[in-house]
Amino acid sequence: MTSSSVTRTRDGAARAAVEVRLEGLSRHYGPVVALDHLDLTLQPGELIALLGPSGCGKTTTLRLLAGLEDADTGQITVAGRDITHVSAAKRDMGMVFQAYSLFPHMTVRQNVAFGLRLRRVGTADRDKRALEMLDLVGLSVQADRYPHQLSGGQQQRVALARALAIEPQVLLLDEPLSALDAKVRAQLRDEIRRIQLEVGITTLFVTHDQEEALAIADRVGVMKDGRLEQLASPTEVYSRPATSFVAEFVGLSNRLAGEVRGGEVIVRGCKLPLVEQDTPDGQVVALVRPEAVSLASRAPESGTGTGTGTGSGPLTGTVIAITFLGATSRVTVDLGDTRVMAQLPTSEASALSAGSRVVLAIRPDPVLVSADSHPAASAAGEDA
Amino acid sequence: MAAVTSVGETPAPTAASRPRGMHARRRRRLNIFRYVVFTVFGLFFLLPLLAMLRFSLEGSKLGTWSLTAWKEIASYQNTGIPPLLSAIEITLELAVITSVVTLVLLVPTMIWIRLRVQWLERTVEFLCTLPLTIPAIVLVVGVGPIYNRIQHYSLSALMLFWIYVILALPYAYRALAAGLGAIDVKTLSEAARSLGASWFTVMVRVISPNMRQGILNALLLTFALVLGEFTIAFLLLYEDVLQPELYNISRSTPNAGVIFSTSFAALLFAFVLLLILSYAGRRRRGRG
Repeated sequence: MTSSSVTRTRDGAARAAVEVRLEGLSRHYGPVVALDHLDLTLQPGELIALLGPSGCGKTTTLRLLAGLEDADTGQITVAGRDITHVSAAKRDMGMVFQAYSLFPHMTVRQNVAFGLRLRRVGTADRDKRALEMLDLVGLSVQADRYPHQLSGGQQQRVALARALAIEPQVLLLDEPLSALDAKVRAQLRDEIRRIQLEVGITTLFVTHDQEEALAIADRVGVMKDGRLEQLASPTEVYSRPATSFVAEFVGLSNRLAGEVRGGEVIVRGCKLPLVEQDTPDGQVVALVRPEAVSLASRAPESGTGTGTGTGSGPLTGTVIAITFLGATSRVTVDLGDTRVMAQLPTSEASALSAGSRVVLAIRPDPVLVSADSHPAASAAGEDA
Repeated sequence: MAAVTSVGETPAPTAASRPRGMHARRRRRLNIFRYVVFTVFGLFFLLPLLAMLRFSLEGSKLGTWSLTAWKEIASYQNTGIPPLLSAIEITLELAVITSVVTLVLLVPTMIWIRLRVQWLERTVEFLCTLPLTIPAIVLVVGVGPIYNRIQHYSLSALMLFWIYVILALPYAYRALAAGLGAIDVKTLSEAARSLGASWFTVMVRVISPNMRQGILNALLLTFALVLGEFTIAFLLLYEDVLQPELYNISRSTPNAGVIFSTSFAALLFAFVLLLILSYAGRRRRGRG
């Protein structure tokens, strides 16, 4: 891949999207390792979302790239230029923060034009560019308002316009949606993606919300303890998690005891393919997605299909809870020695009730296995 | 379901009526208490002021009215002491210098500490509030030798600003800390830095305008302190500033009206300043 590709701005001017390279980046806070030799490359025009639990190092990565903190070791290059020791003010990066960061004493227009003013752009050009950017985020009519007169979502859109007004090489988004309510969040998330594609800017987006990350990123980097566990497309991260941590962190997983035998894992009588074909034979815990589990309210005619059990077999259980999630519902089934969650269309789940006897079927998707965990906690992970 | 009440039992007030009745009674009692407190404190503060004003307007005969004492502010001069007007001028100049020096010293220091060396905050706070705990006489004894040296070079009363800055530190610090605490300094400065602002720009164009109310309060407190300060100026033998001047006038003149007219004018000035500053602050809040 080349280190830059040309995209077009709204005014038709050519802009080179740049490659960003983080190599061997480390950062310690006293004895705490925030970032541990991180390697990450953002392709020109790409949006990478860094996802992970609190303290995993995702915000540290972004702050090191922004120049707001110094790395202990490692190198940061943007379009081939080493900027590791360049100050934040000279890095040419636009940033949107988690907290509302508009300057309260300036109008929306003045906020957006602030960076241009520092670059000594003339008043007329500055105003024109500020209005263009406000138009891009749909807020040109609010140009003469003060930040306190805007809603949270509007403030973050202005912050985005302000970050883009200086035509930065890289856009950094530090959990910009976390202070917003669910509906505004989803709207603004889509808007950010639209604008990022329109402007064609290389973007690093940090979030702890997996739905956000999976929805808008070209690639998702899942971080843990200062390291990247997996960097792949959203589909791959979800359906082929590289590690048990990724499987459990991204989406929900049922942890079911099984046995690896001949390149397959046998879970309660069901043969399931493995993500890692070379897993040695032995007892393991298989991580099965709730949506790979389906339910039938009575035993099927025959139990020959892959992954189905018999009416009194190891995959027969009692529904103990049904959680309505909108289009889908989550059904928790007690199998006697463990509990399994299934995610079904609400129309199917509504036919069930607590106390119903059901038979489970597991779709033969490749599953990840973990040798070091106890299956007792049958479901783990965060909500998708 | 309807509540069952046995014969002879007083029905409990309904949930809706009881709190409303209680609230109304409580509100009435609170209002009375508020008016009593307001009146007592009003009288406590206003009576001496009114007495001062009345005294300054007393004519040559008891019970008559005259503006002589007020007219004398501009022209009063007695043997052995400098003109009153020059004392007022020097004191105002001193107030301006002290305010400017205090703000120039404190504002960047406090912003810098908040941004870059937060671990120093407690130490600086302790140092800044320390003058509050030291009696003026102790301060004078402490700075006496230094002022001996200063007076060797300049006898101007404006040199008092050195010690007045120290005296103003606790008040100015608290006012500025409140202003600084009201804004997200870290995020604002990082946002400005990412847009290309230097540290100087961050301080002058981003942080300072947003702590304007704190700066105005610090300014007012420093001004009021300098206008009313007597002990240190008197003990350091700077008798040409306002308060020692008023004291000297009181000792040398049979007509004390001018002392009261000048004191009242100083109080009025501080009050007007307070009004202007709070009006300016409110306008700012309304806008930004």
